[in-house]
Amino acid sequence: MSDAAATVADTRKTGRMTLLTEFWRYFSENRGAVAGLAVFLFVVILAVFADVIAPHAPHEQYRDAFLKPPVWQVGGDYRFILGTDAVGRDILSRLIYGSRYSLFIGVIVVSISLTLGVTIGLFTGYFRGPLDNAVMRVMDVFLSFPSLLLALVLVALLGPSLTNAMIAIALIQQPHYVRLTRAAVMSEMVKDYVTAAKVSGVGRLRLMFVTILPNCMAPLIVQAALSFSTAILDAAALGFLGMGAQPPTPEWGTMLADSREFVTRAWWVVTMPGIAILVTVLAINLMGDGLRDALDPRLKRS
Amino acid sequence: MALLDIRNLTVEFKTASGWFRAVDGVSFKVDAHEVLAIVGESGSGKSVSMLAVMGLLPWTATVTADRLQFEGRELLGMSKRERRKIIGKDIAMIFQEPMSSLNPCFNVGYQLTEALKTHLDMDKAERRKRAIELLSEVGIPAPETRLNSFPHQLSGGMNQRVMIAMAIACKPKLLIADEPTTALDVTIQAQILDLLLKLQRETGMGLVLITHSMGVVAETAERVSVQYAGQKVEEQPVRGLFKEPHHPYTAALIAALPERAHANRLPSIPGVVPGQFDRPQGCLFSPRCGFATSLCRVEVPPQQRELGDALCHYPLKNGVALGHPGKGEAA
Amino acid sequence: MLRFLASRLLLLVPTFIGISIVAFGFIRLLPGDPVLLMSGERSLPPERHEELLRQFGFDRPIWEQYFTYLWKLLQGDFGISFKTKAPVLNEFLTLFPATVELAFCAMLFAVIFGIPAGVVAAVRRGSVYDQSVMGTALVGYSMPIFWWGLLLIIFFSVTLQWTPVSGRIGLVYFFKPVTGFMLIDSLLSGQKGAFTSAVRHLILPTVVLGTIPLGVIARQTRSAMLEVLGDDYVRTARAKGLAPFRVIGIHALRNAMIPVITTIGLQVGTLLAGAILTETIFSWPGVGKWMIDAISRRDYPSVQSGLLLIAGVVMLVNLIVDLLYGLIDPRIRHGR
Repeated sequence: MSDAAATVADTRKTGRMTLLTEFWRYFSENRGAVAGLAVFLFVVILAVFADVIAPHAPHEQYRDAFLKPPVWQVGGDYRFILGTDAVGRDILSRLIYGSRYSLFIGVIVVSISLTLGVTIGLFTGYFRGPLDNAVMRVMDVFLSFPSLLLALVLVALLGPSLTNAMIAIALIQQPHYVRLTRAAVMSEMVKDYVTAAKVSGVGRLRLMFVTILPNCMAPLIVQAALSFSTAILDAAALGFLGMGAQPPTPEWGTMLADSREFVTRAWWVVTMPGIAILVTVLAINLMGDGLRDALDPRLKRS
Repeated sequence: MALLDIRNLTVEFKTASGWFRAVDGVSFKVDAHEVLAIVGESGSGKSVSMLAVMGLLPWTATVTADRLQFEGRELLGMSKRERRKIIGKDIAMIFQEPMSSLNPCFNVGYQLTEALKTHLDMDKAERRKRAIELLSEVGIPAPETRLNSFPHQLSGGMNQRVMIAMAIACKPKLLIADEPTTALDVTIQAQILDLLLKLQRETGMGLVLITHSMGVVAETAERVSVQYAGQKVEEQPVRGLFKEPHHPYTAALIAALPERAHANRLPSIPGVVPGQFDRPQGCLFSPRCGFATSLCRVEVPPQQRELGDALCHYPLKNGVALGHPGKGEAA
Repeated sequence: MLRFLASRLLLLVPTFIGISIVAFGFIRLLPGDPVLLMSGERSLPPERHEELLRQFGFDRPIWEQYFTYLWKLLQGDFGISFKTKAPVLNEFLTLFPATVELAFCAMLFAVIFGIPAGVVAAVRRGSVYDQSVMGTALVGYSMPIFWWGLLLIIFFSVTLQWTPVSGRIGLVYFFKPVTGFMLIDSLLSGQKGAFTSAVRHLILPTVVLGTIPLGVIARQTRSAMLEVLGDDYVRTARAKGLAPFRVIGIHALRNAMIPVITTIGLQVGTLLAGAILTETIFSWPGVGKWMIDAISRRDYPSVQSGLLLIAGVVMLVNLIVDLLYGLIDPRIRHGR
């Protein structure tokens, strides 16, 4: 018995390594995905080392430099590479600090919604029955509200703040995980390895989380990448509508909300935060595509 | 002049790991009024060669041939538009999976009249009349009501009849049937084969029957071409082939027929058809051949003109492997 | 087909009850005195408070309150807005056509450009065209549309002055709404230039709102086409000698449309959420902007009913999508 266990452990180890290398082979075939990964890592570095990289503090106002254009325009100033906003804050520095918020939002939202959704999905998919039916109807209700609208109403309920915005977005995203996990669990449940584990007396919780869950990960990882980018977009939209992070937080959406009145006069105040959002979201979505191609065996052959 | 004349046809697929040769220098002719069977295991390139004739291969395929003529007209150099005038009209094809070969979103009538509309100058009422005629010709009961049926409402055998009706809609001169009975129930198989042969006799069209079953060959064909790993290894009239196969592969196929088996166990051919990566150097059949010598493994065998074009160093004659160095007796 | 319809309608009932519970529960989860919240007053004299408490029914048990609420909904009573003191349903219905007009045009824009782009990308997969279309689609799909709207305003309205910045029609035109759809009303009014003005006002919001659906539809069409192009019936269609246009545009596309229509249906929710942003940017007088205003004004009766009505619309659209499947795919119609 112990012999068998040892061999199993052995093959698993090498199995994981080959899985990983195989995954990387498929992932790196997709040039877009690799580019997305590079950009994403760049943003992570910016966020982590913002204090070192940013030329100015995000809230410091330079009285001599209101609405300075970027350096390459007439009237630009080398101190402010991407120009300054209406109260003389350096846009580049605010963007660099803003990356912290966006990544933070993404991480928190994905962790909350993933944990919640996977747990609910695992239980409903495992036990089925009337409870499963009831839970799925509740998820249907969640999904029939436009996400941003529900987030807005939840934020109106809880009061506008970044934390509440994150909670609202996480609540709205978890039904997707519930559905995905439930479907995956149901298709795994009938497979022989699950029956074998059951027969050998594996406990329910262990069966759910250790035996079944790892085999349902592929669609969940892809969905996680997707909801990471959606979370950033939604949080920025809430910030833009004044229902997310509050000024003077250098959150990208909030920065855009501040800039609306300068649309006609100072294009850079409007353009720069948007480019930051777009590039980050685009990079994550590119990565998500790569993940899907590498993990989804149905698409591997093409 | 032959109806279809193929000489040295080669089809290669571009894959992630280089070129794969699915059809390797195949030649044969089909005449009007004739039934030619192409036999071989899965992966022997028999479907691919006929798809090449139809021009239905994906873009990853490269087709070359010294000659690929239909009624004396070269198909390969022809413009796509010209070729489409022949495909579906003068040459038609039916496929292995009747359930998935019909479009699930359109009813039988639509799919049937579509071919008529494309190739023939008929008005709507005429097309409908002809469609009903075709359905009853292929033995479908209540053809008027069947026109409005969708493929998922019919059985596999019925769908294959619809496919046949579609194929013969424009009175083709050549019909290619690619494993038309493989996906069907055994009882239906014989019916479909009988139908194909009846239609062939009545219209006088040429029929190419692709199959992996020697039993089907024995019942239907006049001439047989045996393919292995993309090559034609033997071609003979059906009687001669069953009486005296010249290639060891053909002999093994025939020996594997349950009707021919004398021992308790059915003889089989060990191994599988070589793929892209395990292609042998000399004779492609040598790893599975009981007669193979070191010569077979190194040198590409010649085509034995006298002995059914057998592609073999030691062709069988009267049960003896000609020129074989050792234990020359066929098992 | 009738049975199909009935079964789909029946499935909506539990969802609708769920939605109504959310809308009902929402006001009760708010911190503070529900009477003050619902009346929109800061403080009330005790007798007036008492009167309103009874009028709103907050003194009765919660399940009774819910059934009263549901009963009122079924009679078309969606409450009274604080701001205008008009029934919320009337306000919603007045503004709804503006949103429908915008959302419809945006979806049309996304479908007209997205489906052909996806089809051609699939047919010529791996080509430069494919790569650039898919790249563009991903950018559209990743777009923060509130920013995209501002960018387009800067370029087309401020710099080039081609299109107006906001509103649905030029201020010089005035006519009574007949259908509520500006494109139709402006034509009906017979005033010269009114229709052109309405179109010019509609262009930028349409493009902005249609951007994300455009990206999603193009991507989905491409992958659905790639899936069906390898199917046997496509080969059969080619074996009939049909022109490539018929093979791809009729035989393959019809089958590929099933997942695409699912996507289009799912995009309606996204579209209504996007309408909130687009209408805010372009001062478009629709229900999205109305919701935002109601939320920031803390006009709870409007927020409550708006939530319910918008979710109801999404639900109905999903029903229509389900019915469309049946039209496209006979296997679903016949209950297989």
